[in-house]
Amino acid sequence: MATHEIAAQESHAHAAPQGFIRKWVFSLDHKVIGLQYYFLALAAVFVGMFLSLLMRIHLIWPTATLPLLGDIRPETYLTLVTMHGTIMVFFVLTTAPQGGFGNYFLPIQIGAPDMAFPVLNMLSFWTTFLGFVVMIAAFFVAGGAPLHGWTGYAPLSALQSAGPGEGLGADLWIISIAIFCIGALMGALNFITTTLDMRAKGMTMMRMPLTCWAWFVTAILGLLAFGVLLSAGILLLMDRNLGTSFFVPLVTVNGQLTGHKGGSPLLWQHLFWFFGHPEVYIAILPAMGMCSQLLSVFSRKPIFGYKAMVYAILAIGFLGFMVWGHHMFMSGMSPYTAFAFSIMTMAIGVPSAIKTFNWLGTLMRGRIRFASPMLFAIGFVSLFVSGGISGPFLAQPVLDIQLHDTYFVPAHFHLIMGVASIFGIFAATYYWFPKMFGRMMSESMARWHFWFSFIGTYAIFMPMHYLGMAGMPRRYAQMTEVSYLLHLIPLQKFITYAAFVTIAGQLIFVVNLFWSMFKGPKASDNPWEATTLEWTTATPPPHDNFGGHTPVVHNGPYEYSVPGAPRDYVMQSDPEIKAAH
Amino acid sequence: MATFSTTATVDDPRVLLGDDGVLPPVRGGGGDDGFGLPDYATRLRRARLGLLVALTPVLMLFVSFSSAYVVRQGLPTLDPRTNTLVRDWIPVTLPKLLLINTGVLILSSVFMELARRQIKGQATRVPPASASEVSAGDQTRIPWLSMTIVLGLAFLFGQWAAWRQLAANGFYVATTPSSSFVYLLTGTHAIHLMGGVLALFVAGIASLLRRSVATRSIVVDVTAWYWHFMAGLWIYILCLLEFAS
Amino acid sequence: MGLILLIVIWLITIASTYFFIAKTWWLPAGASAAAAGIDHHFTTTFILMGIVFVAAQVSLGALVWIYRERGSSSSKVDYSHGNTKLEIVWTILTTLLFVGLNLMSSSIWASERFRAAEANAVRVEVTGMQFAWYFRYPGPDGKFGATNPELEDASAGGEAALGLDPKDPASKDDVVTGTMVVPVNREIEVILRAHDVIHSFFIPTMRFKQDAVPGLAIHMHFTPIETGDYEILCAELCGLGHYKMHGMLKVVSQEEFDKWLAAREAEKQ
Repeated sequence: MATHEIAAQESHAHAAPQGFIRKWVFSLDHKVIGLQYYFLALAAVFVGMFLSLLMRIHLIWPTATLPLLGDIRPETYLTLVTMHGTIMVFFVLTTAPQGGFGNYFLPIQIGAPDMAFPVLNMLSFWTTFLGFVVMIAAFFVAGGAPLHGWTGYAPLSALQSAGPGEGLGADLWIISIAIFCIGALMGALNFITTTLDMRAKGMTMMRMPLTCWAWFVTAILGLLAFGVLLSAGILLLMDRNLGTSFFVPLVTVNGQLTGHKGGSPLLWQHLFWFFGHPEVYIAILPAMGMCSQLLSVFSRKPIFGYKAMVYAILAIGFLGFMVWGHHMFMSGMSPYTAFAFSIMTMAIGVPSAIKTFNWLGTLMRGRIRFASPMLFAIGFVSLFVSGGISGPFLAQPVLDIQLHDTYFVPAHFHLIMGVASIFGIFAATYYWFPKMFGRMMSESMARWHFWFSFIGTYAIFMPMHYLGMAGMPRRYAQMTEVSYLLHLIPLQKFITYAAFVTIAGQLIFVVNLFWSMFKGPKASDNPWEATTLEWTTATPPPHDNFGGHTPVVHNGPYEYSVPGAPRDYVMQSDPEIKAAH
Repeated sequence: MATFSTTATVDDPRVLLGDDGVLPPVRGGGGDDGFGLPDYATRLRRARLGLLVALTPVLMLFVSFSSAYVVRQGLPTLDPRTNTLVRDWIPVTLPKLLLINTGVLILSSVFMELARRQIKGQATRVPPASASEVSAGDQTRIPWLSMTIVLGLAFLFGQWAAWRQLAANGFYVATTPSSSFVYLLTGTHAIHLMGGVLALFVAGIASLLRRSVATRSIVVDVTAWYWHFMAGLWIYILCLLEFAS
Repeated sequence: MGLILLIVIWLITIASTYFFIAKTWWLPAGASAAAAGIDHHFTTTFILMGIVFVAAQVSLGALVWIYRERGSSSSKVDYSHGNTKLEIVWTILTTLLFVGLNLMSSSIWASERFRAAEANAVRVEVTGMQFAWYFRYPGPDGKFGATNPELEDASAGGEAALGLDPKDPASKDDVVTGTMVVPVNREIEVILRAHDVIHSFFIPTMRFKQDAVPGLAIHMHFTPIETGDYEILCAELCGLGHYKMHGMLKVVSQEEFDKWLAAREAEKQ
């Protein structure tokens, strides 16, 4: 066979694939894969939200019998806690911003026709999907899903006899996470190689949109962290099933010796949190990139301090690997080590603060348009500040004595991961929906969604700080056993009612999303008048993103209101107007 | 040009470039010929970069195991009976067979490198020969690739035999913490090496799958670097188990 | 829309700050020697971070209203890519604030945790197991006797729950209780152990928390300065009974403690 025929065969399809399976199921097109990730995350977030709804109901009505589900026993509550956290952290926050929007828009924003390794990309999605299936399967096996928390501390997670759900359910939980690790690593490989090797001419690293920087650094974090989580999972599976003692010392459960000895529970914590801390930056960095993008577009102003923003992303990524011990101040770790981790943790607050100043600086002296993506970007800043402020409390070991493992901690991480990061996903959806589906979402529904979400999530999570200060511990199925917790029940009731309202408000988003896909008004190619490369191409983009033409980049990504320009935005690929960057 | 669309129908993809309507040059210079198939050099560079990135989590996995190993070795644990801290590390005597396996693996690395250069020469030969010409037997051509696969399989078999020896001496996975680590580290390495053997096997039969010699050359090149990394990693594991006790 | 955003953001800020200042739900009253210092540092952190919180949210609200797009006769947008001097200034200030706060708290941390208990501290061994706390006093010989996991029998309570080894002479006089009784104004050394999974020994009023880890015996100390009954909670997820694994700390006068201990030790003769 002639060489050129083989080359044509092997070329990653410039010709769009035919047939339903190749086009929609096992697609190699990063845009389709991005949508697959997004809808996987959407399914996962519904499961996760439902689990949290049940948690909130049980907390304030512990004896209630629910239709279909019956009584929720304390161990069931803990299963809900475990699976809610696991599903949300992995299958929503690590999937939608990176796998979803990153896959769809990284290549387009840097001017590439696809990711570097399209087959690997397709495999990474289906691996992640398999991980989700295995995770859900844990609910349905004998004993049910595990109750050891998303953090899976050994020996509780290492001993089949330590609690209900700690049998096959716990094994499936670990296997699902291991599968997820592999899928995430495959994805990270693609993101990094694509960013380094496939940028269009003129798209220097310092002309990349901040979304691309965020996806790039997030991928590096994943690359370094998921291998460690995988190693921890392997060791845990061995302790559970092969009788090894990596994490389990000599213990008795219900008076029975387990046959383990000599292992270290703290070893699990070190390995887990070495992954776990970078993981939370994986969850927030893409949303930060999105926020920067949107504040600039909708203030019609360049981002304030682009270079500082890049350095801040890099600093957050780098320092993120040096602070894992702040989850372990009370663990039995040496107090000297705690001091060291504490200083590093305060240090990592600095780049986050810089980003916040720069966001405010972008708004100042801008001309702000309150389109739906912008509402969520503004909301992101507020929520990030609120969630970030509680960080320095927890970062100081002497205050952490009181606050560790109380509701103060979920207050902190929900405001940042469970709200601000989600607002990043919402903002990205409203912003890029026109480009992905060729139609506009309803602005009025979007506004309702915003207000329900913004006010609702504050109502849910701000009171949790007070609960934590007052000494309400985490992961308590009921508040009925400790006398001083009884007077906190009214506050928990308030939170639960707020949760009902907020979750109901999310239905507005779902209706808007699906209705607009089919019935929304047609979108132009650049409805937001933005400058980055995805807005230079057709809506939706053609199979190879740019219709056969390689973009050439002349300008930075935030050239708004350039003095002397005919319009208040200059496309990155516009050769006529060369702005200062 | 075929378009990809979900709901809106766009017949004619346009590219917006501001007001002047001038299209940028199709060729960006360098390896990428517009959006056609990238040339061999670009594909090779991209594949090697991908491998470098992919080796990072593999390295992290073994770094993580190594740190667990060091920690576990030195870790005292509370003996509840005496209320004192004791250390319970008993070093394992490694079977001598592991040294023979090491030799096999190093030799396989040599063959791997020769195979890599061999197929690279075929891929970059000017003028480019057709795939069928290339895969036809050159009388003096030594099958380095097949020999690498054979040695790789020999190494894996040798590892399994070493495990049998360990078990015969009473050291199973859960016998002592040190034996756990021996099985863990050698087993994880073996799994990764098996992946390499599979990749070589696919490259070997690739001519049957009608892949061009350029593609096969890239697969072999990337696998070769992976193979050398696995050999180096093995030497590190052996030293860790033998000397850090 | 800008105005509504300003109002909502400011209202949320005012409401949340109010409840912090009013201490509607607050730290329980401190009853240990360390509490005053810790609470003082809480207040310092609250004030400083509170100022940052209010300033940031108020600015956000103000900015989105003041710089809203108004009609087609557009206000001039400041085409600026930033201000390096300003970046350096606020980076340094933020670093000073965060590191300064941390160093202030570190001296309290050091005084609590960098030193072992005093020689004349009252020693109590605290053991956590699914789902109860047991407390052991060493008795007149001042030594904790040996325990044997094979002898554990939680249903029999007390000594049997701990698996106290009767063959060890030192264990004959050990006192095991389900309630922790300590004298006021004495340093208490706790030796934390766990039988099965990780638990955490949390006494909110004493500003005391420490994980009890199987395989370790962790030494900590605190000094109660007010008599009373204080709840002990488990603060590390340990299984289905985590929410009801609580105990009671009774701080009594030295006299009462001596009497109580003597009575318990007498039972062991």
